[in-house]
Amino acid sequence: MSKSVNQHNEIPKARTGIPGLDDITFGGLPAGRPTLVSGGPGSGKTLLGISFLVEGAARFSEPGVLLTFEENAEELAEDVRSLGYDLDKLIREKKLVVDYIHVDRNEIEETGEYDLEGLFVRLEHAIREIGARRVMLDTIETLFGGLKDSGILRAELRRLFRWLRDKEMTAVVTAERGEQLFTRQGLEEYITDAVILLDHRVHEQISTRRIRIVKYRGSMHGTNEYPFLIDRDGITVLPVTSLLLEHEAPHERISTGIPALDDMLGGKGFYRSSTILMSGTAGTGKTTMAAHFVDAACARGEKCLYFLFEESPQQMVRNMTSAGIDLQRWVDKGLLQLHADRPSRHGLENHLLQMNHSVELLSPDVVVVDPITNLMAVGTQADVRTMLTRVIDSLKTRGITAMFTSLASQVESPERTESLISSLMDTWVYVSAEIVGKQRDRQIFVLKSRGMPHSDEVRSFRFSSRGIELLPPTQPPANAPTHGAKRSARKPK
Amino acid sequence: MTATPEETFDLRLYVAGATPKAVRAFANLRKICDEHLAGRYSIEVVDLVKNPALGRGDQILALPTLVRRLPTPIKKIIGDLSNTERVLVGLDLRPRRASA
Repeated sequence: MSKSVNQHNEIPKARTGIPGLDDITFGGLPAGRPTLVSGGPGSGKTLLGISFLVEGAARFSEPGVLLTFEENAEELAEDVRSLGYDLDKLIREKKLVVDYIHVDRNEIEETGEYDLEGLFVRLEHAIREIGARRVMLDTIETLFGGLKDSGILRAELRRLFRWLRDKEMTAVVTAERGEQLFTRQGLEEYITDAVILLDHRVHEQISTRRIRIVKYRGSMHGTNEYPFLIDRDGITVLPVTSLLLEHEAPHERISTGIPALDDMLGGKGFYRSSTILMSGTAGTGKTTMAAHFVDAACARGEKCLYFLFEESPQQMVRNMTSAGIDLQRWVDKGLLQLHADRPSRHGLENHLLQMNHSVELLSPDVVVVDPITNLMAVGTQADVRTMLTRVIDSLKTRGITAMFTSLASQVESPERTESLISSLMDTWVYVSAEIVGKQRDRQIFVLKSRGMPHSDEVRSFRFSSRGIELLPPTQPPANAPTHGAKRSARKPK
Repeated sequence: MTATPEETFDLRLYVAGATPKAVRAFANLRKICDEHLAGRYSIEVVDLVKNPALGRGDQILALPTLVRRLPTPIKKIIGDLSNTERVLVGLDLRPRRASA
């Protein structure tokens, strides 16, 4: 293998148009070569291939041929139509040919020598008909069940893949995952350019799909297992992090919506496009804090997307009215969207995807997830962390300022309960309440805030008809958490 | 369920050009038909190189493929038809053995 291959001098690639997949492959599948896509039943390999074809035909001016051994064309069109792909239209426009080859061992008698020239002729005919640049074979291993002479079949498949290369077709060949091998029939022996594995697991009744690029000759590629989703818009692959940490880090500061809290954050509030954790025990005012933040953003004319996991939008709006925050006017102006959902209804990934959709639709400046802890209850710790990293990554890439509220347990120290996500946060504000005398004394402090000097004070606050009001500073209690002078001194980049 | 002697056989042989296999298959087919279906068969040879679209109708994959269009049901035999016994079984002119 050549060592001179580098990121800038890679082989030509054909974009799949599948969000995320082109990121982890650094540009798509090897152009003019076959790629093997292997997975178990229901792992999404057919959909991946069809997406590749349809996106190619519709967006990249690369017509495609689908040769399927699996279902007939009508069933197939029906299946993918539910995912938003109109195969009929592409077929009418001569951008797509679907050819169905039915093979039933019981209907065929074999005697003497034969070859699969019929397959070649049909494929070539279809390719010529529309000037195809892309081909999908789904699932060619079905032939092993339909024809008895596997020796002929292997020789012919080898010839077929060579033929596809000679024709410079970018091809996706789907295969069933085998016990030991990547494919049941060892097709990886013939297709060595690129191999992609799909996996579908169900853990605690929540399904998770993963994709892994096992091999990609002549190209860099992400080597992790990446989660992917199948929903009404097809496949989305979620790179765990975009391999490089290269978000913009704006110097602009935006108000928390509470002037006294702005003061605690170097007098200016949060950094734009940073991530903020607003954590605390139950009933301490996290949602009100978030509402202040959103209210201030909308007042600046910015768009906000608020994900509610505990209340309905109506409840939220009503409750905030009592704190003097009128969210309804922002909803009416189209600046604020409140999305309520119960996290337990879908798996983590579906949640993430829906959140992504909403973010794409609205292109908000500010996103609030309230509370993030409800999402965290849905999956395993590793999954949650992975997912949050992805959420945060995608928000940061878009320059969105994101606030996450988090319900902390009363007993444990905040550092311990939230170690899972705190490292992902730029600013961490903690609110708590303790009973002092005959009333609850609510307190707030900034646990960390990267890249800015911030207050070490623990400030008491109260709710009024004008929302949250911080009381004048007092001496911090002796047991209050202290935190790095080093950190507060760090300069923003 | 072997075919009754009166029936006429409408046969179609799919090939892709005059390859040795195709030539062999046609010769074998003629011989078998003359011996077993004298006077009641017709053979149409379809060259997919010339008419690639015709391959779709009969779901042609392997070549050569012999399709018995009549009598129904449709039967397919792939290969150069060098094993007369199997061709006869495939055409329902011989009962299928359990081992077949």
